[in-house]
Amino acid sequence: MRYKDTEDLKIKSTKTAKIEAKDLSYKTLNEKIREALKNGCKKIVLDNVCGQRYIGDGLRGNDVQILIKGVPGNNLAAFMDGPKIIVQENAQDGIGNTMNAGEIVVHGHAGDIAGHSMRGGRIFIKGDVGYRAGIHMKAYKNLFPVIIAGGTCGDFLGEYMAGGLLVVLGITHNCTNPTSCSPEIVGDFVGTGMHGGMILIRGRLDTRKLGREVRIAPPSDEDISILTAHLKDFCKYFHLDRERILETSFIKLYPYTHRPYGKVYAY
Amino acid sequence: MSSPNIYQSCRKEDKEYHIPSGCGISGIMNRQGKVFSGEAIYHSICNMTERGNGLGSGFAAYGIYPEFKDCCCFHIMYETALAQQNTEEYLKKVFNLKHSEPIPTEKVTRLKFIPLLWRYFAQVKEEVLKTHQEKLSEEDFIMKCVMDINEKVSNAFVFSSGKNMGIFKGVGNPDEIGEFYRIPEYQGYIWTAHNRFPTNTVGWWGGAHPFGILDWSVVHNGEISSYGTNRHYLENFGYHCTLFTDTEVMTYLFDLLVRRHHLDFEVVGNILAAPFWSQIERIEDEQTREFLKTLRIIYGSALVNGPFAVIVANAKYMVGLNDRIKLRPLVAASKSDFLYIASEEAAIRKICPNADKVWMPKAGEPTIGKLGH
Repeated sequence: MRYKDTEDLKIKSTKTAKIEAKDLSYKTLNEKIREALKNGCKKIVLDNVCGQRYIGDGLRGNDVQILIKGVPGNNLAAFMDGPKIIVQENAQDGIGNTMNAGEIVVHGHAGDIAGHSMRGGRIFIKGDVGYRAGIHMKAYKNLFPVIIAGGTCGDFLGEYMAGGLLVVLGITHNCTNPTSCSPEIVGDFVGTGMHGGMILIRGRLDTRKLGREVRIAPPSDEDISILTAHLKDFCKYFHLDRERILETSFIKLYPYTHRPYGKVYAY
Repeated sequence: MSSPNIYQSCRKEDKEYHIPSGCGISGIMNRQGKVFSGEAIYHSICNMTERGNGLGSGFAAYGIYPEFKDCCCFHIMYETALAQQNTEEYLKKVFNLKHSEPIPTEKVTRLKFIPLLWRYFAQVKEEVLKTHQEKLSEEDFIMKCVMDINEKVSNAFVFSSGKNMGIFKGVGNPDEIGEFYRIPEYQGYIWTAHNRFPTNTVGWWGGAHPFGILDWSVVHNGEISSYGTNRHYLENFGYHCTLFTDTEVMTYLFDLLVRRHHLDFEVVGNILAAPFWSQIERIEDEQTREFLKTLRIIYGSALVNGPFAVIVANAKYMVGLNDRIKLRPLVAASKSDFLYIASEEAAIRKICPNADKVWMPKAGEPTIGKLGH
């Protein structure tokens, strides 16, 4: 489903920049984005993006929105601190790498290491997410990173996770992979090395898929209220029914210790 | 007789070049065998320029020599004129050379240290084949010749040795190498390409990808930690690694397992990127479980460890495969008769904006394109 251009970009009164990205190098494209922001634009529409890397990297400003038409390249929104990025189609590897604040909304699927070392802000992916989603994400003081994937995820979900919230819903899995259409929501080795934060998985889970460092529990009322708040926005973006999603119960995964390798390394 | 060895010097300089990285790979196949211009693969690999650093790039093409389709085509690189002379003497002893010529190239000023590049369309002499027939098939004999040239003839390296296919590669960015070899002028039904960022081995013309033996070609992103084990294992079967790059073992493993051991690609996936023992134990179907165990026991030395994503091709297949925990990216897409596999989705979308399907293959599960299916 294609995302409607104007629907969620509320700041209509502000200056809008439209940038044609076809055949631009990542460097030129990012320079154009920064120039537009410098000129006071708050909304930027990028047309015909095809693999340009580092879009939105290190950008600041809670009132900035970037709409991407096409497939952005790796490390989208790395170190981003405030803006909102909407990707109409699929995203590649490393979205939200070490992101500090802001939002990434992906209307298709996202590749591997989504939210790598992310420490604040939110990533909403309508479809599937690749391997190692949320690797080493962490919370810090008032920063609390959140990733929600509507589809399924690959192996090593939440690897070395240190904080924040990772949610996998398994509802929008688009079974296009002809070699393996697995109905399973998560891959193997979930939460390997996890030592902080919380993973919520909707539905059932084969406990043999868990990494050694995680334990299972039913989510508390507080956990559910945190989830419900974020799901509200997730469902608004993708026009999904939150109540129906919440009808199925969730499983909570948490680390049994905050120092899983404390005994491994001798000092 | 010998010309100055311009080439050796560049290989030595590059040895200092060690940077962690990722290469870029891309492949396109028309499953009905219809040929199309190399322009598509050229644009696809050039869309991932940032994945390489100018120290290697190349293309493999299938169906490009229909006028010599019954001949084995050797693409050979020479670092000296003497190497060419010695190699041609060797070839003429055992092959009837139907045609030979320099590989057509365009002048690209940014490319340096260009070696001599020739192609030969050849058939094994009947009397030679007869004397070897009891021990060696025609393919095994050609493979032995390639090993001989690479190993014994100084400064000569065979890029490819299959029928109706060829490998074009060198040190440069993909746009430079593509222009240099005039890739868009060829028509093929399978194309693969590579953009290199050498990590553990040197950047030199013979070490660029694709790697080939017979009609196999392999493009590879990653590194093979089990290189030593794999190399020793392959030596038992007559494969000798001479090209200073780990990908070579991958090429020979595919030749051994598919051509000589007649295994299909699903099984090869379970050998090269075997499931972990803990995963095998969980499999409920006893037959499958025992089969996977057996494979790990028999082919333990063929397990490829370390991060990798490869696209392998031969005259009938194009196959993408990841290591067992997907430490390198791979995306696939299909559109009517076309199958696309690449490191990045954008490399596919660049040349196929509206694919029927786009998916992320799972670790260790081969993505298989078969001719006629």
